Amino acid sequence: MKPIVEIRNLTKKYGNKTALDGLDLNIEKGKVTGILGPNGSGKTTLIKIMTGLMRPTSGKVLIDGNEIGVQTKAVVSYLPDRNFLYKWMKIKDAGRFYRDFYADFDMDKFTKLLQFMKLDPEMKITSLSKGMQEKLNLSLVLARNAKLYIFDEPIAGVDPVARDQILEAIINNYHPDSSVIITTHLVRDMENIFDNVVFIQEGRILLNGNAETLREERGMQIEELYKNIFTEGGSGL
Amino acid sequence: MKFADNLPIYIQIMNFIKVKIVSGEWNGGDQLPSVREFSKQLKVNPNTIQRVYQELEREGLIFTQRGTGTFVREDEAMIRQLKQSRAEELMDHFFREMQNIGFQKQEIKRMVMEWVEKEEKE
Repeated sequence: MKPIVEIRNLTKKYGNKTALDGLDLNIEKGKVTGILGPNGSGKTTLIKIMTGLMRPTSGKVLIDGNEIGVQTKAVVSYLPDRNFLYKWMKIKDAGRFYRDFYADFDMDKFTKLLQFMKLDPEMKITSLSKGMQEKLNLSLVLARNAKLYIFDEPIAGVDPVARDQILEAIINNYHPDSSVIITTHLVRDMENIFDNVVFIQEGRILLNGNAETLREERGMQIEELYKNIFTEGGSGL
Repeated sequence: MKFADNLPIYIQIMNFIKVKIVSGEWNGGDQLPSVREFSKQLKVNPNTIQRVYQELEREGLIFTQRGTGTFVREDEAMIRQLKQSRAEELMDHFFREMQNIGFQKQEIKRMVMEWVEKEEKE
């Protein structure tokens, strides 16, 4: 099957600092792929390029066969990690805002997700805790019927109960005809929902493969592999 | 269920189910959770559960009835055999670990006998 994302020789430089260094990667369709790496490894830059928020210095990215643009934005569901909603909004306004923006936004699905997350539609955005904010973000992303869902650090800084709800919502809403990309450095909490994992450091792919095959080959869980790879500059590879 | 082992997740879940069957907690004819339900319970990828069910079906422990669900096979011989192979795995593990810390076969044999006698007295 054709990959949902094809990345060829992708480079991004900020001044003379190289964030992505000739990166090549295919992301399988219908799978949950974890992009794993420490802070500053290039994960967020990679996602900003995939979602069209940033242009690469050189190289190419195709999503569902198309170059990044209006077409790909219509099929990719993503929320940037910074605050993107207006201060006056309530949760229900955020839903309406999204419905107006995206043709594939499913209001019923959004309502169900809010119920599952125990979020009251009448709550003001500004009054939400960090965990609630993450749950709202996730609900907005999952309420679209997209081809590709991208989550950037979805469980960073949330409590264990919210974390479980977030994981469960991702599992519940995952369908084999859509694809999911999740970046995280909290590998232990998330590794069981990945089909594939990609280890990234200094803008390059260190290792890329099926999570179960890697566990079998290396005789360890992905978290342990992550620690081996990223301790002492990748000597554990 | 905790995944701490050095084994792939699908094998750990298979073993978990095998123990349920061998111990009689899950009987022949019992229905297993749906793939989605089970993946939610264990917080694992649904594809992993799909694979678990496929492998267990291939091993003849469970069967899927289209439209109704997945069930434990009612097969005494199969359960006995499962119990036997599980016991062999445990013995194998025990012997390897004992040899790793320097015990010879004869010593292990003697220790097992003593252990059993002690247990019988209690």
